[in-house]
Amino acid sequence: MTLAIGPGPSTPTPLRFPSPIGGIAGTSFKHEHLKAILADGPKRGFFEVHAENYMGAGGPPHRALDAIRRDHPLSLHGVCMSIGGPQPLDKAHLARFRGLVARYQPAMVSEHLAWSTHESSFFNDLLPLPYTEATLRHVCAHIDQMQEAIRRPILLENPSTYLAFTETTMSETDFIRSVAERTGCGLLLDINNVFVSATNHGFSALDYLADFPLSRIGEIHLAGHDEQADDDGEPLLIDSHDGPVADAVWKLYEIVIERCGPMPTLVEWDSRIPDWPVLQAEAAAAQAILDRRGTAARAEDRHAA
Amino acid sequence: MPPEPISFAAAFAPALLDPTRDAPQIVTGPNGKAAGKRYDVYRNNVTVSLIDALAAIYPAVQRITGTDFFRAMARFHVRGSPPTSPLLFEYGRGFPDFIARYEHAQTMPWLADVARIERAWLDAYHARDATPLAPAQLAAVAPERLADLVLTPHPAAQIVCAEFSAVTIFAANRDSAPVSRIDASTPEDALITRPGFDVIVRHLPPGGAVFATSLAEGRPLGEAAASALDASPDFDIAANIAGLIEAGAFTSIAFGDA
Repeated sequence: MTLAIGPGPSTPTPLRFPSPIGGIAGTSFKHEHLKAILADGPKRGFFEVHAENYMGAGGPPHRALDAIRRDHPLSLHGVCMSIGGPQPLDKAHLARFRGLVARYQPAMVSEHLAWSTHESSFFNDLLPLPYTEATLRHVCAHIDQMQEAIRRPILLENPSTYLAFTETTMSETDFIRSVAERTGCGLLLDINNVFVSATNHGFSALDYLADFPLSRIGEIHLAGHDEQADDDGEPLLIDSHDGPVADAVWKLYEIVIERCGPMPTLVEWDSRIPDWPVLQAEAAAAQAILDRRGTAARAEDRHAA
Repeated sequence: MPPEPISFAAAFAPALLDPTRDAPQIVTGPNGKAAGKRYDVYRNNVTVSLIDALAAIYPAVQRITGTDFFRAMARFHVRGSPPTSPLLFEYGRGFPDFIARYEHAQTMPWLADVARIERAWLDAYHARDATPLAPAQLAAVAPERLADLVLTPHPAAQIVCAEFSAVTIFAANRDSAPVSRIDASTPEDALITRPGFDVIVRHLPPGGAVFATSLAEGRPLGEAAASALDASPDFDIAANIAGLIEAGAFTSIAFGDA
C-alpha cells in the first residue's frame, strides 16, 4: 500500500487505504465483535462506524477504532449532522467531525439526507424532510459547509421514510440528483432504504433505481427491516437494522451491481447484534455478488480486446 | 441562510415527544392516506431510542428497579428533558436529580446516588487518556516539601459523595451475578478513575472525599490533609495518598510555591 500523504504535523496518521477502495464488502463495527475480528487477523473487507460514538476525548472506543483501522479501511458514517434541517449546522459538531476525519483518515465519509436536531433538542432519529426548492437550498448549503469543514467530499445517503409532506414538489431522486450536482458530493445508495420507502409510499423500487444517479454512488448499504401496519392495515416497513438482509433487497442489489459495477458495500446491523460469524456471512454473501460481477467484467474486457 | 418563518421542522418536532399532540398537519401517507400511524413510527423511534440510551448509561439503576419501572421512569425524563447534544454519551446528566424527585422512587433513596456513580463511570470511560502519576515520583519528594505538594488530577478522576451505601449497591448491580441483601444505610463516597482502559470505582475511606476534592481543586497536600482531618478525625493521610495514587487519580506533581 503506498502512502498517499507523507506523515507530518497536519497529517497525524498516513492515509493507508486511499479511496476508492473498490468492490469490497464490509460490516458495521460493533465493540462486542472486537476480539473475534482481531483474532481473525487482517482480512479483505472494511468497517463502518457511527462517527458520533468516537467523539469522546479518549478511552476504549478510540483504542478499539485504532486497532481496527490498523488493518482495515474505515468508513466514517455520520448520523447526527442534521443536514436536512432548516437551522444552521452545529459548529462544535462540525469541528469534532473534522477532528475525527483528520485522526482516522477514513476511506469513506458519509451522512444522511435527514435531520435530527430542532432548536436545542436532539431527537436521535433520522427525520424526514419535504423536497422543495427551499429545502434543496438548505441541504446544499449544509453539505457545502460540511465538505469545507472536513476538506473532502461526503457521500449523502438516501433516507428510508414512513410518510410524505404535502408541500413536497419534487421526487426524492430529482432532489438527490440536484444536491449531488450542486455540491459535488457523492452518494451512498442504501438499497434497503429504497425497498422500505418504495413499500411505504407505494412506488416501484426499480423505477426509483432507474431514476437514481448511479454514476455518483461511492458506497452501498444493505440492511434488514421489520414489518408493521399503517393506518389502513397495509404493510409499513421499518428500517430496523436488526436482522438479515431481505431476499428482495439482495435481488435489487444484484441489479444495481450489474448496472454500476463493483462498489464498496456495507452490511449494516445496529441492534439485536448477532455473533460475528453471522454478520461476517452476510458480508461474504455481498462479496460473492461483487466478485461475480468483477469476474464477468474482466471476461467482457477480454472479449472486447 | 435564515430558516423559513415556520419551518417544516418546527411543525414536525413538537409532537415527537408529546403524545397528547396530534400528528402535524403537513404530513401525509401516499395518495392523501392518513399518516397518524406513520408519524407514530417517528415518535416511537425517538422515545424508545432515548430510553434505550438511558438504559445503556444506567444499567445498575435498571437492574435495581426492574425494566418496566426503569422504562416508565426514563420515559418521563426523556419527554421532559430530551438531549441537547448529538453525543448520546453526554445524555442523562439530569437523570440522577430526576430520580431523586421521582415519586415512585422515594422508597429507594439510594437510587439517585447509584445513578450519579454510573454517570461518572461513563464520563471516566470517555475521558482523555493520560498516564497516571507513578508512585516513585511521589516517593522521591523530600519529606519537608510534602506539605506544599500540588497534584494535577487525572482527566478521568471523579468523586461522588453519597448519603447511602451507593458504592456497594452499584458494584453489586453492574453485572449479572445474584445480589444478596445489602445494608444501604452506611454513607459511602466513591472515587471513579480510569488509569488505563478499565474504569475503577472505589469506596473512599473516612475523610477521603474531602481530601481528594481539595487536592483536585489544586490545594497543597498539607492544606488538603488539614481539611480532611477537620471533617474526619479518623483520617489516615498515608493510606489515603497511597490509595489515590494507586487508583490513578493524578497525573503529575508540582509545588505550590513553584
